Amino acid sequence: MTTATSSESLKAPPRWFAAATERLSPRALARGGRNLLLPLIGIGLFLLFWQLVAPQVNTSLGSFPAPTDVWQQAGQLWQEHSDERARADRFVTMQEERNARILADNPEADVRIRPYPGAPTFFDQIGTSLVTVLCGFLLATLIAVPLGIVVGLNRHFAAAVNPLIQVFKPVSPLAWLPLVTMVVSATYVSDDPMFEKAFLTSMITVTLCSLWPTLINTSVGVAAVNPDLLNVSKVLQLSFWTHTRKVVLPSSVPMIFTGLRVSLGIAWMVLIAAEMLAQNPGLGKFVWDEFQNGSSQSLSRIMVAVLAIGFIGFLLDRIMLLIQKKVAWNE
Amino acid sequence: MSKSHLELTGVDMAFDTPSGAFLALDNVNLKISKGEFVSLIGHSGCGKSTVLNIVAGLLQATRGGCVLDGQEVNTPGPERAVVFQNHALMPWLTVYENVALAVNQVFKKSMGKREKRAWIEHNLALVNMQHALNKRPGEISGGMAQRVGIARALAMKPSVLLMDEPFGALDALTRAHLQDSLMAIQQELNSTVIMITHDVDEAVLLSDRIVMMTNGPAASVGEELAITLPRPRNRVTLADDPDYVHYRQAVLSFLYEKQTFPGRSEPEPAPLPAEPTVAGPSPETAEDSKASTSREAIA
Repeated sequence: MTTATSSESLKAPPRWFAAATERLSPRALARGGRNLLLPLIGIGLFLLFWQLVAPQVNTSLGSFPAPTDVWQQAGQLWQEHSDERARADRFVTMQEERNARILADNPEADVRIRPYPGAPTFFDQIGTSLVTVLCGFLLATLIAVPLGIVVGLNRHFAAAVNPLIQVFKPVSPLAWLPLVTMVVSATYVSDDPMFEKAFLTSMITVTLCSLWPTLINTSVGVAAVNPDLLNVSKVLQLSFWTHTRKVVLPSSVPMIFTGLRVSLGIAWMVLIAAEMLAQNPGLGKFVWDEFQNGSSQSLSRIMVAVLAIGFIGFLLDRIMLLIQKKVAWNE
Repeated sequence: MSKSHLELTGVDMAFDTPSGAFLALDNVNLKISKGEFVSLIGHSGCGKSTVLNIVAGLLQATRGGCVLDGQEVNTPGPERAVVFQNHALMPWLTVYENVALAVNQVFKKSMGKREKRAWIEHNLALVNMQHALNKRPGEISGGMAQRVGIARALAMKPSVLLMDEPFGALDALTRAHLQDSLMAIQQELNSTVIMITHDVDEAVLLSDRIVMMTNGPAASVGEELAITLPRPRNRVTLADDPDYVHYRQAVLSFLYEKQTFPGRSEPEPAPLPAEPTVAGPSPETAEDSKASTSREAIA
């Protein structure tokens, strides 16, 4: 396989080569330098300031973590994660070997493999957070987009629900959470639950707080369809469904995506708070546990989580932007 | 040309405004025969678009009504296809898909898949747009987009084609080109057309009859002028034709002597020499500003 590709690239002038030479031309380098250099200077100055000021701030858990401490803890967390994985692998292999022995003695034997009971690591918690936020965001989208279309299409309906939207929009996740917790505990009763209650509580809280921007933007986009296009639809006598599907929805896609991006940002912000209180094993719980733990490394570890939260939020927004560019016609 | 194909009888149109009802049209009567090309001309805000929208079914007359082939017009429908001033193409669909949206809807059952495809391509070829089937409206010029708008309307096989200042937003050269195309198409299809225009030359060149409207509010049909110039018509040879000059003169005298320009409350006896429509193909900016005022007045 590798020989084939290398011989091919020898025959024809490889396209990446041309692209690379273009990218390495002096003008492009100057442009790239400016694009890269200024942010790097900004980050560098911030780190320097942080490193100088952090030791001056004394807390009961020692001084505020400097960038070097945070970097060290990040390495430490990765180390713990790798160790835990290795232990989990060993735990499973041990069981497999034992099961093999039992089966060799008695082929009828009922064998099973128990999952590794260890605590989730920082990286497992990131995964949990991502799954929770995506489920909450997806549920919010499934509610907000159809509802927004109805609100945008029907002026009477819009007038009826507008006060509700305005009142519920600014409610903090911390206010919703106790209510959601109690409702989930009361209604989601099952001997073999598919989801953790903490997961459901966090997810629903995320949904409740993040559906508003999508709902509002969708309704505005739907209400603002070019009147000429609406007249075209009338002249063609499009049915309600065709009209919605072929005219209204595509026309409001740019606005819907603007709403979705804001919603996802809010969802991620809300999630951390929700996980702290609901004890969903994600990043919010990590921060809370470290805070309760109060060791000399806690603040550094929380700072690692802060940076991870920020970086993931940024990535989520970028991914949304990419999807928007793929889907929206005006991009 | 015996029985009237389309008939407007005693049409009044009043709009509700915060300061009470505004009477836009007062007793408009109009009879149009099959295959006739009729232009509606008048100053901005005289309710030309309102008349067109009533025929289209997009507005309901307050009194009186519109009858097409013995059927009263109450709702919009594809047999009264509209060409809008700003093409009104779906920006997310390609040229082909825009026409396909109309064809798939109007001939949902009566045409097969292949037949529809051929019909879409035929209509786009009619307006010389077969080269840009897969382009989006944002990727083609305003004149091209307007051609597609016309193709979409023609593809509905309308019994009346309604055109609301179809060339108003275009530059003079593109406009002349599209007027020639429209003449050729109308010659071929013999379709009934009602066109709104601000442009006296356009009206005389294209029409069988020019309907001149009085100024609003309470606008009505002022005069009608039959244009009996032989077809096919050629804009260059017509420029010197005494009949053509006479028709032009008649319309101008109606617009600028009998109906003073609205917005000038004091009587202004002299025709306005600087008025762009007088000079035929006019600077685009002047045409544009007029177009926008008339749209506001309708809205």
